Amino acid sequence: MQGPLTQFLMKNPSVLIFLGLLSAFTMFAAIGSEAFGIGFISTSMIKTLGKTLCFCLIAIAMDLVWGYCGILSLGHFAFFGLGGYMIGMWLMYERTRLIVENSMANAALPPTPEEIQEAIGTQIFGVVGGAEIPVIWSFAHSLPIQLAFVVLVPGLLALIFGWLAFRSRVTGVYLSILTQAMTLALALYLFQNDSGLRGNNGLSGLQNIPGLDHVPQSHISLYFLLASAFALGLGFVIAKLIVENKMGNVIMGIRDNEARVRFLGYHVETYKLFIFTLTAIMAAIAGAIYYPQAGIINPAEIAPIASIYLAVWVAIGGRGRIYGAVIGAALVSMLSSLFTGGQIPNIEWGPINIVWVDWWLVLLGVSFVAVTLYAPKGIGGLFDIIKLERNK
Amino acid sequence: MNEALLEVRDISVSFDGFKAINALSFSIAEGELRAIIGPNGAGKTTFMDIVTGKTKPDAGEVIWGEKNVSLLKRQESQIARLGVGRKFQKPTVFEEQTVYENLLMALDNDRSPFAVLFYRHNENDNQRIAALAEEIGLQDHLEKRSGDLSHGQKQWLEIGMLLAQEPRLLLVDEPAAGMTLEERQKTVDLLRRAAQTRAVVVVEHDMDFVRNLDCRVTVLHEGSVLAEGSLDHVTENQDVIGVYLGR
Ligand SMILES: Nc1ncnc2c1ncn2[C@@H]1O[C@H](COP(=O)(O)OP(=O)(O)OP(=O)(O)O)[C@@H](O)[C@H]1O
Ligand SMILES: [Mg+2]
Repeated sequence: MQGPLTQFLMKNPSVLIFLGLLSAFTMFAAIGSEAFGIGFISTSMIKTLGKTLCFCLIAIAMDLVWGYCGILSLGHFAFFGLGGYMIGMWLMYERTRLIVENSMANAALPPTPEEIQEAIGTQIFGVVGGAEIPVIWSFAHSLPIQLAFVVLVPGLLALIFGWLAFRSRVTGVYLSILTQAMTLALALYLFQNDSGLRGNNGLSGLQNIPGLDHVPQSHISLYFLLASAFALGLGFVIAKLIVENKMGNVIMGIRDNEARVRFLGYHVETYKLFIFTLTAIMAAIAGAIYYPQAGIINPAEIAPIASIYLAVWVAIGGRGRIYGAVIGAALVSMLSSLFTGGQIPNIEWGPINIVWVDWWLVLLGVSFVAVTLYAPKGIGGLFDIIKLERNK
Repeated sequence: MNEALLEVRDISVSFDGFKAINALSFSIAEGELRAIIGPNGAGKTTFMDIVTGKTKPDAGEVIWGEKNVSLLKRQESQIARLGVGRKFQKPTVFEEQTVYENLLMALDNDRSPFAVLFYRHNENDNQRIAALAEEIGLQDHLEKRSGDLSHGQKQWLEIGMLLAQEPRLLLVDEPAAGMTLEERQKTVDLLRRAAQTRAVVVVEHDMDFVRNLDCRVTVLHEGSVLAEGSLDHVTENQDVIGVYLGR
């Protein structure tokens, strides 16, 4: 008798293939990195790779909620951003505290706790004209608590939002619009100077890990790449465990015919809420690993358009298959940074002048429309063709 | 008549002023097989919508079981769990999933997300699914995508899913639509077997089909009961003849 894990892996070879490829990729990056390897991959490239893995993770979440459960959420980047903010608070607070305490240590009189608090407040909130540390920063000194918030705050937001929306049976396009409204509202709120999260300045210096000043960025970036890869691998396995089991049958049933699932006796709203919240938490964790690599987070990151891009990635990669989401996110986000980062030479051809920074979006839009019309299964659909050929 | 399993009293529903159901009363006993006939638009499907919680009536009562539970305040999924199974007019199976997966979802196991998330395939359930597949003649198609089944096979799969739910009352809307003669006979047998252990209500236009069911017949017209009794009895009824032959 085989154990359940062996059975699961035997039935889903894609899990082993994926984990194998992911490990190989990570090993390759480590060997090529400036930290321990031969150094042909720059530290900033390592960060880009790590960030891309985080995008792949949120794409898996998107595929679960949209591709499998049929909820076209256009708000999952809000959860990604919130996760980033929650970890960013600890990073920024603790680092500022260490700096402040260091500089005050040389003072003739030892500083009082109040003086330290005030100095930290001025350092962090000076840009928005304040010195008070807002209440929401009460636990910013504690890594475990802020880590818990990474899961709890976005999770709770998703739970409440989902409960309200699903309970009143908002579906389809209306739900998508509602999720856009949610992410827009959150972004607008955070843009305010008195939001307590530094308005449009956002949180910065997140690449500097408190207490690890002596560790060079080349090392830190590699650790984060490893963390990203680990989280992605875990996310992949969890997603597979869900969709390849009875839960997968039920949520795909909800996607294809929600009313029918109800008449089978399943409480559809609870299932939707479960998937919506679970994927929000996955998105938040992806964000919490992403932003220390990005170094800065500001409200523009959770603008409605970000969540729309997410849907585009998943559509291009092929929804309804977990690896499709990964392919889409990796490919499109890498291409996007190539095109908008000036790595691709602009085309100047007589009167035709294509500047990729501007034209990349057009290219992306055209690809999206083309995929929707001619290859609804996305890039992942290619694998079906290969499989069919082989079975002939 | 013994105690009613389902009792519908004086229900009425209107859509934008149009009375689709008009003071309809209906009752069915435990283990009874009943056919409902009536012209298009008589309100047969709407009647099922009300019993299963999809449509809320403007007036009237729907009472269920020996504890006299009112179904009106219940949600669709609760009503299903109380023991009312329903087959829709259009065959609705989950086309992307296999016959096995369709039946597995319907099996009357715990419906809570937690139980579903940690569900483990087991011999007991596999045997029940195999038996159901045998019953509906799909034993050789368990691993087939149900979208690839023939129209008749989909209808049977849906009936199989209903049986898997182990309902006490089965509501079946036009099961024979689009079936060949041979398929119809199989369907009649299937429903008659099902009715040996539970109550079954069949809506059907096809008179031969209804005759073969050999059961009490209720005639609906303009949202209320026009006649009730054996098929021969109702077809002799002048009102019924009037409705079917055009007033
Ligand atoms: N949701 C709705 N909104 C408006 N009118 C409706 C709705 N549902 C049903 N009706 C109307 O109510 C009447 C009864 O419909 P119903 O579907 O119950 O008839 P039926 O007896 O099942 O007919 P058929 O034999 O054609 O299936 C019809 O005139 C129909 O147009
Ligand atoms: Mg009907």
